[in-house]
Amino acid sequence: MKEPLNFLLSPDLFLMLSFAIMRPRKLLALAIAPLLAFPLLFSAPNEKQAPPVNPLKAYTNATLYPVSSPKIENATLLVRGDTILAAGPADQVEIPAEAEQIDCAGKTIIPGLICTHSHIGQVAGGDDSSPIQPEVRVLDSIDVRDTSIHKARAGGITTVNLMPGSGHLLSGQTIYLKLRNGNTVEDLAIKLPDGSLAGGVKMANGTNTIRDNAPFPGTRGKSAALVRQSFLDAQAYQKKRAQHLVENNPENPFERDLALETLADILDRKRIVHHHTHRHDDILTVLRLKEEFGFEVVLHHVSEAWKVADEIAAADVPCSLIFLDSPGGKLEARDFKWRNGAELEKRGVLTALHTDDPINDSRWFLRNASIGVRAGMSREKALEALTISGAKMLGLADSSGSLDPGKKADFVILSGDPFSIYTRILETHIEGQKVFDLNNPTDRLYAEGGYGAGHAQEASGCCFYR
Amino acid sequence: MFKILLLSLLSTSASFAQIAIKADLLYPMTGDLKPVKNAVVLCGPDGKIQAVGPASEIEIPEGYQILTAQVATPGIIDAHATVGLSGILNLPKHDQEQLEKSDPIQPELRALDAYNGRDPLVKWLRDLGVTTVHTGHAPGALISGQLMVVKTDVPSITSLKDPLIPTSAVAATLGSGALASGDKSPGTRSKAIALLRAELLKAQAYSAKITQSEADGKEAPDPDLKLQILAEVLEKKTPLLINAHRHQDISAALRLREEFGFNLILDGAAEAYLLLAEIKAAGVPVIVHPTMARPFGDLENMTFTLAAQLHQKGIPFAFQSGYEPYVPKTRVVHFEAALAAAYGLPQEIALAACTLYPAQILGLDDQIGSLQPGKDADLALFDGDPLETMTHTTHVIINGKLISSSAR
Repeated sequence: MKEPLNFLLSPDLFLMLSFAIMRPRKLLALAIAPLLAFPLLFSAPNEKQAPPVNPLKAYTNATLYPVSSPKIENATLLVRGDTILAAGPADQVEIPAEAEQIDCAGKTIIPGLICTHSHIGQVAGGDDSSPIQPEVRVLDSIDVRDTSIHKARAGGITTVNLMPGSGHLLSGQTIYLKLRNGNTVEDLAIKLPDGSLAGGVKMANGTNTIRDNAPFPGTRGKSAALVRQSFLDAQAYQKKRAQHLVENNPENPFERDLALETLADILDRKRIVHHHTHRHDDILTVLRLKEEFGFEVVLHHVSEAWKVADEIAAADVPCSLIFLDSPGGKLEARDFKWRNGAELEKRGVLTALHTDDPINDSRWFLRNASIGVRAGMSREKALEALTISGAKMLGLADSSGSLDPGKKADFVILSGDPFSIYTRILETHIEGQKVFDLNNPTDRLYAEGGYGAGHAQEASGCCFYR
Repeated sequence: MFKILLLSLLSTSASFAQIAIKADLLYPMTGDLKPVKNAVVLCGPDGKIQAVGPASEIEIPEGYQILTAQVATPGIIDAHATVGLSGILNLPKHDQEQLEKSDPIQPELRALDAYNGRDPLVKWLRDLGVTTVHTGHAPGALISGQLMVVKTDVPSITSLKDPLIPTSAVAATLGSGALASGDKSPGTRSKAIALLRAELLKAQAYSAKITQSEADGKEAPDPDLKLQILAEVLEKKTPLLINAHRHQDISAALRLREEFGFNLILDGAAEAYLLLAEIKAAGVPVIVHPTMARPFGDLENMTFTLAAQLHQKGIPFAFQSGYEPYVPKTRVVHFEAALAAAYGLPQEIALAACTLYPAQILGLDDQIGSLQPGKDADLALFDGDPLETMTHTTHVIINGKLISSSAR
């Protein structure tokens, strides 16, 4: 029988080219200073009423959590196109006459949620052939039409790190997606300045990676040795590549190796490691590897964080946590505690949350932060853990994670207190576009479930249904 | 010496002090289910509730240990769980006793022979306020075994008197969850129903033989554990709890009930919203799947509004923690109720559906599920709305005894 965790195997992606649809809007937004945009937009009234390219929208009378600063009552969020122009108290934000005003009285606005670890979209990674598969990209597996993506939007999630599973020491390259409405995975990807797609690499240790059959490791010692040898190989590859660059001999071209190239990217800190780890000794193994090879890493799950919180803080390594409704379910999660979040907060460790969807459904992501608060996290840090902290871990904090002028207009409109069980997610906006509206019957179906909610494709929940 | 003795006597009596609860808001779960402000509950020396009412009307006798709470409810009841059989470590042969797959039909498997009341998950639920569980064999076989009702302070089943009901139901599953893999039976839904009907016909014949032998004064047929318990089901002494999610499987359960006339409890019932009129007409209660169940397989069309729809239709229902093969190894039933309250179910109804309503469905409402004099003194105390995730369970009382005071 397969390890229950094998469903978590999914590829990793790097973000991609923006598509034709996105490009004109993006370029406009970037190229034209806000003040200049008006004359351009409104000087041609006879143009067959095409919708303005950069519509100006003011969300007024809201309770607003910018996250970068304290909660604001009676706030205005001003958005042009895909960008936030202003977020502040009503008396400090001037609303231009041409702005469409959306009254949000009684409602709450928070930044779009960032899930640092998710398996939505039928994502898949390495296969059973070997324990270390850096060449595998989740990019090549994702179904952007899957119902799980719609459901994540209904859960207020605007950005995800789509990960392959934890059944390998290294199961592939992850991809960071904005959950825009799009036709292809490239439409959803985040393009980096060098043209590559944003993403990291998924690694794991502990029970999940240990299998009966070689070349998979049979012990923790073997697991660490395999990983160390791989990084040593990557160091040798880096050296060889550098030599070729110096020699620059067309008759002796450098032969690329997809796996080693990815490992070299990790060593070059072009790609961050997202490391699944539960037990205190496994957590320390990750810290040792980081120390030895100098890569950037985020610890994921970290069930026994409370046991080694001092060591995690000393290593200055961020953590992405998940809160489950009970401990156990596997031996190494036996000592999982709700107070992991509070213990890390006390020590100033950068802490985010993740759904690990389908472990926790994306639609309950806000609730996960409430469990953190229940067990001692401050409300401020819990909200950061859903937004800006995740953005920092994914290297996206310049453009997302808080409601600040100049950032992308990724936000969620709630019916009330973000931490109350009775609060409903009313709308989700990504880059100024509404991607979820509870009043839309189709969207509502994905938000609440019902006949047809699961029909887009057979779901990947291999382990939850027998 | 005398001093020490006296001290120990004092401390002994203190640990068994009778408890009085002062609650800012008390949900007795009686009448219109509305809470009472500034209420007092007195727990008697017999572990029963002595008195319940407004603080102005009840004097707390001297010597009672007084517990104060913002909110108090009856002890939470989980209408269907596998806790105690499905243990925290998830290690087969060690703590996974919830499913035996050697035969598709095994109603003779008793829950009480496998229950481990000392599993950490039982304590986990108890500390959160769950005082009674309806637990036993999981969905996943046509008939997987029996269920029992037990309080969460019972560490070991030393006699048939330890559970509240030693055999409370026989657990059946219809739909893909009951189908076997490979060339084993049942491989299809139709085959599953055919197997089940054949077995129930056998039990009918067995039951008739017993009746006949009693009438003729002849020797009874050889005892057969399987047929004996199924005969009890057909005699309506024990309900058949059928886990079925897709509408065609729920329909099949209703057909079986019509054919064989047993007491049916529908379990899970993800697509019950398609058959509200039929379920209502059959007068069958529903133990709804956890609100946070995963929307895969037969549950792909589940909705968070199912409980609200059942309530509106007037169909008796209750919440369950269900069965999880992985994580979280157990769910917490009032957390599931809470999310239904976020999706259209009135708050006090959500609370009733994990206190009073499950007691009614299990036929135990004269003993547990509400706070009235003479009923068991099982209570959960909270520092806020019991359904809010951020609220802590501060105290748990079972049979008048303080079982947990670790705020969680």
